[in-house]
Amino acid sequence: MVHCFTYTHEGKPLFFAWDVESGSLHNVDEAAFLVCKNKFGELTDEERQKFDAVSDVEKREIEEELFKLESEGLLNTPETRVDLPFSGEIKAMCLHICHDCNLRCSYCFAKDGTYNTPRDYMSFEVGKAALDFLFENSGNRHNLEVDFFGGEPLMNFDNVKKIVAYGKEKAKSIGKDIKFTLTTNGVLLNDAAIEYLNAEMDNVVISIDGRKEVHDKLRVSPNGKGSYDVALKNAKKFRAVRGDKRYYIRGTFTQNNLDFSVDALTLNDEGFDQISLEPVVLPDESPLAIHESDLEKVYEEYDKLSEEYIKRRKGEKWFNFFHFMIDLKNGPCVAKRLTGCGAGKEYVAVTPTGDIYPCHQFAGGDGKYYMGNVLSGTFDRNIQKTFAGINVYSKEECNKCPAKYYCSGGCAANSYNFNKDLKKPYGLSCKMMRRRLEDSLAIYCIEHGGND
Amino acid sequence: MKHVNTVVKSCLHKEGKIGCGECNSSCQSACKTSCTVGNQSCARREERVNTKKESK
Ligand code: SF4
Ligand code: SF4
Repeated sequence: MVHCFTYTHEGKPLFFAWDVESGSLHNVDEAAFLVCKNKFGELTDEERQKFDAVSDVEKREIEEELFKLESEGLLNTPETRVDLPFSGEIKAMCLHICHDCNLRCSYCFAKDGTYNTPRDYMSFEVGKAALDFLFENSGNRHNLEVDFFGGEPLMNFDNVKKIVAYGKEKAKSIGKDIKFTLTTNGVLLNDAAIEYLNAEMDNVVISIDGRKEVHDKLRVSPNGKGSYDVALKNAKKFRAVRGDKRYYIRGTFTQNNLDFSVDALTLNDEGFDQISLEPVVLPDESPLAIHESDLEKVYEEYDKLSEEYIKRRKGEKWFNFFHFMIDLKNGPCVAKRLTGCGAGKEYVAVTPTGDIYPCHQFAGGDGKYYMGNVLSGTFDRNIQKTFAGINVYSKEECNKCPAKYYCSGGCAANSYNFNKDLKKPYGLSCKMMRRRLEDSLAIYCIEHGGND
Repeated sequence: MKHVNTVVKSCLHKEGKIGCGECNSSCQSACKTSCTVGNQSCARREERVNTKKESK
């Protein structure tokens, strides 16, 4: 599969041919782009006219170059299928340390952090049983991961600390490495929490949506007051002590801020250099939802952001935007690329009552994929097998998609929530994913300036 | 070549022992870690994706 796309840099078009199966990226001239697209894709009417105007001599010259690339395995490479190992081992866990929240964000998928369950806090006993389940089921895996999620994890901070201490000690005693992440809305991120998280967490994720007016409209306290000022102040303090260690600011864009490039840049202007902004995922009828009809605007914003991104990364305001980060040299192996998040297979979520779900997004839903409980020692291996069967190969749309080795088949929870089918990707996300990927590849090419 | 400049040659590791599972997990939902595998690195390789300015 060869994916031909264009990108506009500093007002000038750049042309690309991307060999999906080998991962080779070629920056081509316009004539070669047209020849490639004619050969491997479908020309638009306008492109057809231009193609017809390319001289025969030039077309032959290009064909020769393309032939050479094909013979070197750099273009139109056939697919080689690999075995996707399944050992039944669990390596990562999301701990719902708290089904409660001090904010009432309008777009929260977890319904004010409760997941439609009674407000609840995870006890140390449940946390310990959850980690024991992880250790026991981790088999030969050396690197284990646990992320504290909510609701708002800092509302159950004492148990976070106890569980981390237990996990680190136990990991050490059995010769494994365990890494912790915590996601917070920043409201309770006081000096003591900053000091602790900086010392103990491998990664800290702080949610801020960008501009104050955007954030404060949706991320509000129970009495309706915006949380921007306090979240930003605390996040900045955290940033100041964090140095080079992992953290990032993550936000959500919705129908309210389709001009989200401004929000990403605002976060950068506030001094953050690790930034992620995600499209909200909500049913069509929600007033905040993003629709097919918004896609052009969304693409425009990604393009706009990518141009400013390239500029800023040359100077003092260097930053990483997660969706433009791409590893074209040392990325993961194809097995990982084809299986993605591993929800339900090697990654599970545990609720305050010890219930196990394939991931946080399945908790408190219709219960169809309830997997067991860490206290009662139950775990449904059949559901695990079902989830192990979700990969790019098993999804019709993904097999044909140029983004497959980077997207990994999308989010199973979105597939289930929107299509009631774990293997049918959520189309709107796919379209955004493909555009971001084109931008990422173009950015890579511009920043690395050419040859491998 | 006159018309084609190859920016990156093959980067997909399909050979050898793959799928050891030691790399980071990678949720891509809007509320979570927002990592696609595109920005992940192989745990068995030294060099990591350019997360820091110095290493860009
Ligand atoms: S973008 Fe969509 S179709 Fe493509 S691999 Fe991802 S989920 Fe599958
Ligand atoms: S199914 Fe979706 S929400 Fe769940 S871990 Fe995978 S990517 Fe994340």
